[in-house]
Amino acid sequence: MGIFDYFRQPRQKSANVAKERLQIIVARERAARSGPDYLPAMQQELLQVIRKYVEVDDDAVQMNVDREGDCEVLELNITLPDHEDGTG
Amino acid sequence: MARIVVVTSGKGGVGKTTTSAAIATGLAQRGHRTAVIDFDVGLRNLDLIMGCERRVVYDFVNVINGDANLKQALIRDKRVENLYILPASQTRDKEALTEDGVERVLGEMAEEFDYIICDSPAGIERGALMAAYHADEAVVVTNPEVSSVRDSDRILGILASKTRKVEQGGDPMPGRLLLTRYSPERVERGEMLSIEDVGDILAIDLLGVIPESQAVLNASNAGQPVILDAESDAGQAYDDAVGRFLGEDRPLRFVDVPKRGFFGRLFGG
Repeated sequence: MGIFDYFRQPRQKSANVAKERLQIIVARERAARSGPDYLPAMQQELLQVIRKYVEVDDDAVQMNVDREGDCEVLELNITLPDHEDGTG
Repeated sequence: MARIVVVTSGKGGVGKTTTSAAIATGLAQRGHRTAVIDFDVGLRNLDLIMGCERRVVYDFVNVINGDANLKQALIRDKRVENLYILPASQTRDKEALTEDGVERVLGEMAEEFDYIICDSPAGIERGALMAAYHADEAVVVTNPEVSSVRDSDRILGILASKTRKVEQGGDPMPGRLLLTRYSPERVERGEMLSIEDVGDILAIDLLGVIPESQAVLNASNAGQPVILDAESDAGQAYDDAVGRFLGEDRPLRFVDVPKRGFFGRLFGG
């Protein structure tokens, strides 16, 4: 990176950081509010089951309930670590 | 029949009481019979902001318990006609606001007044739920700051589910955003969430933007609702918000950095 790039790339403004953080947390909390009451408990138990086999982060299990007409769709996303042997 | 309006925010210290006092005063100035109720049981503050702290004899809980009637407890404002204040109780008993009691008192007041402004306490505990439960609409006071915006979203979730209207199968009450302590200079420098940023996240209609202003502290020091300081930016911004509340078309003011000329930029620092 040359000296001109240094001048061309200002640090990210703190207001933008604030907005991005808010968008993420607000979306997550809205999803938690609108979902069934058992979702958080189910999420924790799934996390425990997965950890029997793979070491994953606390936020590895993401759940989302969508309504399509009369049908409720439970979307489950499990993020596995990049390297299962843990060598990074 | 009165329109019941809750002024709420979730987070404390963002300007709920200042806003309740200003909106109630603005409505009364326009000739609407208006009452403003302090729902913050234990921490009475509206009386100070309205400048009637030494005239409090009976309070909201006294009326609920039947120790006093409404006429005895309501304090008539000395500056603005048609404006009445119902102060909060200083009891430590958080259960003092009973559901039946609040409903009965609001029902009685609804026959006397055009507007009832409910100044909600911070948090999402009993007092806040009681203030919101009977309301027809909400003013959500928010600072352009992460914790305030998050708490406002939380409160909007509660307004969408835990009100009498919703429980009776009606529509959720409309909530409108009042952005307070806004600093156009800091927004321009990228240090503060803009009106658009907060609007994108909360996705509700905008009632008004109140600039960060020295007039607000001066007003509370003196016990004068800031809207009575008609010369001040904050006073005028609240007046605009009251106008919009009543359906008037008022363009936003005090939301842009004043343009400076060449010499201003050269010497302004």
